[in-house]
Amino acid sequence: MAGKPVLHYFDGRGRMEPVRWLLAAAGVEFEEKFLKTRDDLARLRNDGSLMFQQVPMVEIDGMKLVQTRAILNYIASKYNLYGKDMKERALIDMYSEGIADLDEIVLHQPYIPQEEKEANLAKIKDKARNRYFPAYEKVLKGHGQDYLVGNRLSRADVYLVELLYHVEELDPSVLANFPLLKALRTRVSNLPTVKKFLQPGSQRKPYEDEKCVESAMKIFS
Amino acid sequence: MSGKPVLHHFNGRGRVECIRWLLAAAGVEFEEKFIECPEDLEKLRKDGKLMFEQVPMVEIDGMTLVQTRAILNYIATKYDLDGKDVKERALIDMYAEGIADLSEMMGQLVVTPPDQKEAKIALIKDRTKNRYLPAFEKVLKSHGQDYLVGNRLTRVDIHLLELLLYVEEIDSSLLAPFPLLKALKSRLSNLPNVKKFLQPGSQRKPPIDEKVLEKAKKIFKLS
Repeated sequence: MAGKPVLHYFDGRGRMEPVRWLLAAAGVEFEEKFLKTRDDLARLRNDGSLMFQQVPMVEIDGMKLVQTRAILNYIASKYNLYGKDMKERALIDMYSEGIADLDEIVLHQPYIPQEEKEANLAKIKDKARNRYFPAYEKVLKGHGQDYLVGNRLSRADVYLVELLYHVEELDPSVLANFPLLKALRTRVSNLPTVKKFLQPGSQRKPYEDEKCVESAMKIFS
Repeated sequence: MSGKPVLHHFNGRGRVECIRWLLAAAGVEFEEKFIECPEDLEKLRKDGKLMFEQVPMVEIDGMTLVQTRAILNYIATKYDLDGKDVKERALIDMYAEGIADLSEMMGQLVVTPPDQKEAKIALIKDRTKNRYLPAFEKVLKSHGQDYLVGNRLTRVDIHLLELLLYVEEIDSSLLAPFPLLKALKSRLSNLPNVKKFLQPGSQRKPPIDEKVLEKAKKIFKLS
């Protein structure tokens, strides 16, 4: 038994990408078992490995965890990226949940039918520029510290930085009016573990292309 | 200042009912400030109280918290209804998120167009009896204990009780094949704080009716 966490998902970002980012930022090596066909998913279901018949699933410390938030909460706690007390955790949760709401719209973009893509993209741009990014810029401005909570790196910074990259892929000028977010992204990106993850050849996944979308649809339809 | 948590939301279940349940189960008295019209929501936004311009929002211990999960996590930790260690918390989170997924499907019914409602209800019933209830029955069967995690009451038992009551509202026969869930439901319903909350006159909210729905649509500018 390797002792490394094993991620079960298809070979794409989807709902697993924040888990990859968090493990990478924490400097934790992990393995991936990619679902390639419907049979792969069926096998996991029949094994009783998936509590609600769904992936993501992560084997970690003797558990088979499903549900992205359960997985992220466990990793964040274990690797000390979840605040030092209850009140810090409340802020981290509040910030992370906001990012998750925006991410929910973003992660669907590759999978949305062609004729609806433009409308979804407009929604992403509007929410990012007018609701979410201003909120986080305001947090950083408010305390002037290097990280969102408690003056040290937490899961909220990692998730936000991931999303800054992903939204920028869809809306290249989105960060123009958010200097503190840009600075946070640079700072986090220069941390040794994150820098490594950002390099080609890491387990970070690219934006889902048509082939990837087709393959995912086949597995999950 | 009373020191009691103050819940800001419209006068209905919405995304805040699970918070009412958890506070009630923990025996914590709380106040509610209902959003009755679009201007009420505008005022909260202008006052800078809503980080993402949304409710639920709960004033608690000097914080203005938004995002249901952030609020629930804080309450659970504060009142000792979370796991005792990181592994118990992982199970609690996993179970609670499954419950949240099914609750979300049910919550969407009120805004589902009439021509799609029947299909949605059929899907909810299917998922309830073939995916979610079996999963929780299996958990209880596997350890034979009185509660889902750690042999004591935690937040996820309360979340599940709330869900089981909603399942019953949709179709009371759905619970029939699940004896351990039925037993859990009885056991939890008899805990003093829960029993009190289940009685008429408590802060528990009924299913949404047309009048409340129309009001909510106006406030939140839903179609």
